Amino acid sequence: MNARFHRRLLAIFAIAVLAGPLNIVLTPQTPAPIPLTMLSREGRRTIPLVLVNKQEFVAIDDLAGPFQLSVREDALGALTVTYKDKTIVLTNQALASVAGRLVSLPSPASRAGARWLVPVEFINRALGLVYESRLELRKPAHLLLVGDVRVPRVTVRYDLLATGGRLTIDATPRAESTVTQDNDLLSIKFDADALDVDTPPLPPPAPQGLVQAVRILDATTLGVDLGPRVAGIRSTTLPADTTLRVMIDILAAGTEAAPSAPAVAGDPPGEVAGVRLPLGPPASPIQTITIDPGHGGDDIGTQGMAGVKEKDLTLAVARLAKAAIEARLGIRVLLTRDGDRDVPLEDRTAVANNNKADLFISLHANSSFRPETAGASIYYAAFDNSIASAGPGGVDRVPTFSGAMRDLELVAWDLAQTHHVDQSRMFATILEERLRDRVPLALQPVESAPLAVIESANMPAVLVDIGFLTNPAQEKLLAGNEFQNDLAQAMTDAVVRFRDALAARTAQ
Amino acid sequence: MTSRNAILLAALALVVATLSLVLMLTVRGPKTAIGPGSPATAPAGSAAAGRTIKARLFYVSDDGMRLTSVEHDVPFGEGVEQAREIINAQLAPPAAPLVSAVPAGTTLRTLFITEQGDAYVDLSREAATAHPGGTLNELLTVYTIVSALTINLPAVRAVQILIDGREVQTLAGHVDLRQPLAANPGLVQ
Repeated sequence: MNARFHRRLLAIFAIAVLAGPLNIVLTPQTPAPIPLTMLSREGRRTIPLVLVNKQEFVAIDDLAGPFQLSVREDALGALTVTYKDKTIVLTNQALASVAGRLVSLPSPASRAGARWLVPVEFINRALGLVYESRLELRKPAHLLLVGDVRVPRVTVRYDLLATGGRLTIDATPRAESTVTQDNDLLSIKFDADALDVDTPPLPPPAPQGLVQAVRILDATTLGVDLGPRVAGIRSTTLPADTTLRVMIDILAAGTEAAPSAPAVAGDPPGEVAGVRLPLGPPASPIQTITIDPGHGGDDIGTQGMAGVKEKDLTLAVARLAKAAIEARLGIRVLLTRDGDRDVPLEDRTAVANNNKADLFISLHANSSFRPETAGASIYYAAFDNSIASAGPGGVDRVPTFSGAMRDLELVAWDLAQTHHVDQSRMFATILEERLRDRVPLALQPVESAPLAVIESANMPAVLVDIGFLTNPAQEKLLAGNEFQNDLAQAMTDAVVRFRDALAARTAQ
Repeated sequence: MTSRNAILLAALALVVATLSLVLMLTVRGPKTAIGPGSPATAPAGSAAAGRTIKARLFYVSDDGMRLTSVEHDVPFGEGVEQAREIINAQLAPPAAPLVSAVPAGTTLRTLFITEQGDAYVDLSREAATAHPGGTLNELLTVYTIVSALTINLPAVRAVQILIDGREVQTLAGHVDLRQPLAANPGLVQ
């Protein structure tokens, strides 16, 4: 018996050992990921997470105390978790039986040494169904909200103005805030239990001598380090749908608009501190977005083996994304269809063009000749070189009402996208980044292709294929609420990043 | 020069000119220019019955994300007939484990190539009606046809697919077929 055969025997033995119920052994990876912060009316505590194969797990023992769980491993190897009189049963499958109802998990419960690990999604997908209080897992922020705690999502943006700079701070859902200045430190304290905010909240702004950094001072307070050129500040509060926006204008020394004295902070919402702003809300580079739920009516698109239809999925995700973007960002979102009807491709793009949308997102689900193919893709338009260079050319001089002449650039309707391909690619890349931690992606997620619905769009435009309905596991995933919500949130985050990137370009 | 010599010289010049014209038309071979609306109808294999060429045909890659090429013997054809032979071979159901991205039952109706090197491939309606949908599948279907011609016949610059003799917007709602499409090397392994 040679060494190779020995190795093969050992491998077969190892597989046999691992195949039994709940005998999967995991080796945690280092460094350990950021722990989960659990927030409830009783206070905050941290729950350590363990990273295995890029997936976050939590030890069931670490959940037992805070949630009053009892855990029992039965003779057959199944793990039974009991909360009050309700039970959750875990086996070696990526499934949990929650009070008799089956829910899917990203991976099975597994053993690491003497401890049992469950995927972090166990908390909201399984425990959340039987727990007496609401459990909200905000995975990207590593937050677990228990019960009725107020944790607004806070985003910070910085724009350069002729008179200095402007910080725009959005809190969703609405949370009142108080702005105070202490020498070079500006504090924005929110009326909330905690904040869901990126770290750092804002990348270091351009060296303009006005804002040095934006940082988190404590659980509910943001701090802004002001630079030496600041002559004064003034803040405005603007409610918009479910978001409360605070705009802080930072006036540079030597500009005419600088007030005689620094503004007093801590104003009640809706009022302006110091000098009233001569400007309205900042002109965001994105005011309107058109989302296109692909297919519809008789055109069902592609269909999975379990019967999930592309046309239904795209509409469900489009509605969620519209709600999320409008609520969080106050941006107008138009859908090309809000019902089960077929809309010609040119009419879909026309909704975007006629409403002067700043971004067009067409949603689709994919299909493959190979059932294993999986993952989301984002396409931007591709044009044949000769078409792209010859197509949009042409300038006509036309008379205006005043009698003068004006140059009018002529672009063929179906080639309108040629002017926007760079920004479309930029949005596709940003969206890929925001999707990466939330949904499975194709091996090469960003691609270009000659796709009819985006070629006529006269604004940055992408087509998003959310996954493959020909893959049975993907079909099940895509139809789930959690996946669809994650996708809508990722789209919203991508819009924020794209808007900020466009604003930064304009400022330069 | 006598008048007899002049007549002989003129006759010789005429013969040379005629031979040159014949030679030019023959050398153009498979790239014979045939305008849209006048599809070529020359019989297959008119030059040499049983003769074949090596052509690369395209099928779905193992991961389903790209096309992969396989070399096949395809009957030799003169001029545009070579393009027809390649497309007919491409549309034939492949032997397992190869998987075609073109829906089963699709047939070639006509094919012609313009002087600019744009090939018009008129497929039967099954290419659209039997299509399973999905952006990726549609890209693979379209570029199977585009690649089969542009990669095997360098004189073909781009390919436009027609269905039942008509220009169509897409096969299944995604890929723009209103213009001839050039080869897309990124889709081929």
